[in-house]
Amino acid sequence: MAKLPLIFTVNGTEQAEFVDGDALLVDVLRDKLGMTGTRVGCGQGTCGACTILIDGAPALSCLTLAVSANGKDVTTVEGLAMGGTLHALQTAFADGFATQCGFCTSGMLVAAKALLDRNPDPDRDAVVDAISGNICRCTGYEPIINAILAAAADLRSAKSA
Amino acid sequence: MALDIVRADSVGQAASMLAGDDGARFLAGGTFLVRAMTAGDVSIRKVVLSDGLGLDRIALGDTIEIGSAVTMAQVQAEPGLGFLHPVAESIGGPAVRSMATVGGNLFARSPYGDFAVALLALGASVVSEGADSEASQDLEAFLSEGPKRGRIVRAVRFAAPAEGAFRYRKITRKHPHGASVLSIAALLPVSGGKVSGARVAYGAMAPRPMRAKAVEAALEGTPLDAAAIAAAAAAAAEGTAPEDDPQASAWYRRAVLPVHLGRLLSGEES
Repeated sequence: MAKLPLIFTVNGTEQAEFVDGDALLVDVLRDKLGMTGTRVGCGQGTCGACTILIDGAPALSCLTLAVSANGKDVTTVEGLAMGGTLHALQTAFADGFATQCGFCTSGMLVAAKALLDRNPDPDRDAVVDAISGNICRCTGYEPIINAILAAAADLRSAKSA
Repeated sequence: MALDIVRADSVGQAASMLAGDDGARFLAGGTFLVRAMTAGDVSIRKVVLSDGLGLDRIALGDTIEIGSAVTMAQVQAEPGLGFLHPVAESIGGPAVRSMATVGGNLFARSPYGDFAVALLALGASVVSEGADSEASQDLEAFLSEGPKRGRIVRAVRFAAPAEGAFRYRKITRKHPHGASVLSIAALLPVSGGKVSGARVAYGAMAPRPMRAKAVEAALEGTPLDAAAIAAAAAAAAEGTAPEDDPQASAWYRRAVLPVHLGRLLSGEES
């Protein structure tokens, strides 16, 4: 079967690929574009490890056909840092011991970015809701929630400074 | 595995692409369909994409119409659908909500399909389109008869509920969101101090969302007092056929249903 064209933006750079009809977006990101930050956990939409942003909204790249991303603007965890400067969320995760084995971290960071882009001053319940589709088996979630709240505070103070 | 991807110019054309092909499916959010493909469902050979067909619109008014490709996130973002916000918010995490659609939810099996449970309580009808005709069918009939090949769900339509008449609660083991142990939606319009036109629906108490007709009968014409709530709770499990799954056993679902129904009816906080 003929391959299909896929032209989309990933972390601000336009990408063009030919993909199979059944290719998953996560596999194109990892295997064709070499962006292995996005993880494949359950492959069923349960664990959230493959969370990316499509046109700014969180989405599960393991349940998205690659062709569905045609013309869309995709952000992966690789798009968070600016050059050598980590995003406030990444710094807060590192400082707050919010990552242990690290497998869920990419999805957690992207899910948290989706929240903070929309709501710069979330309360704890909003943070819990934002990561409610992301499973972590190491941390017990508390350090992650605290790190997201800390990052939100950092971003707000950076903005007002 | 080869998968053919096709786009249609109209819903009617998409319907005709599906009509003659057993291997063809209409793709909405993908949270069920792509998962089935990944899990090894090789019967899916062609996917008709739903984007660009205008199925993602919401029309408010005395009659509310929600397009089948409207996502849970769109429902959450629509102030005019405030009574449905707790329902949309109870489904998946934010990523699932920005993908999962109202139309797709009608095809969910237990323990999923909580939005369809709410629509069943609201008395919704399902508007579908075939190659050359549009039809409207009661959601209850749609759920019991199953979807018809060659027809695409365009929208769901229902009368806007009176302020405060709609109630919903979902019981999960994982908090704040998870698959249902069970869910309950109720439309309890009150006229002259008495319940008039009660509709109650369950999720995960049968393979598909179901109406609790014995509960409706127990509530009809009552002032929704303690005696009525007790009678409804006593009739709660009538007609249910829950399944054993990782969320709960069928036994457990039947055992806790009257408790949660009682709490919903008495207006107790979740």
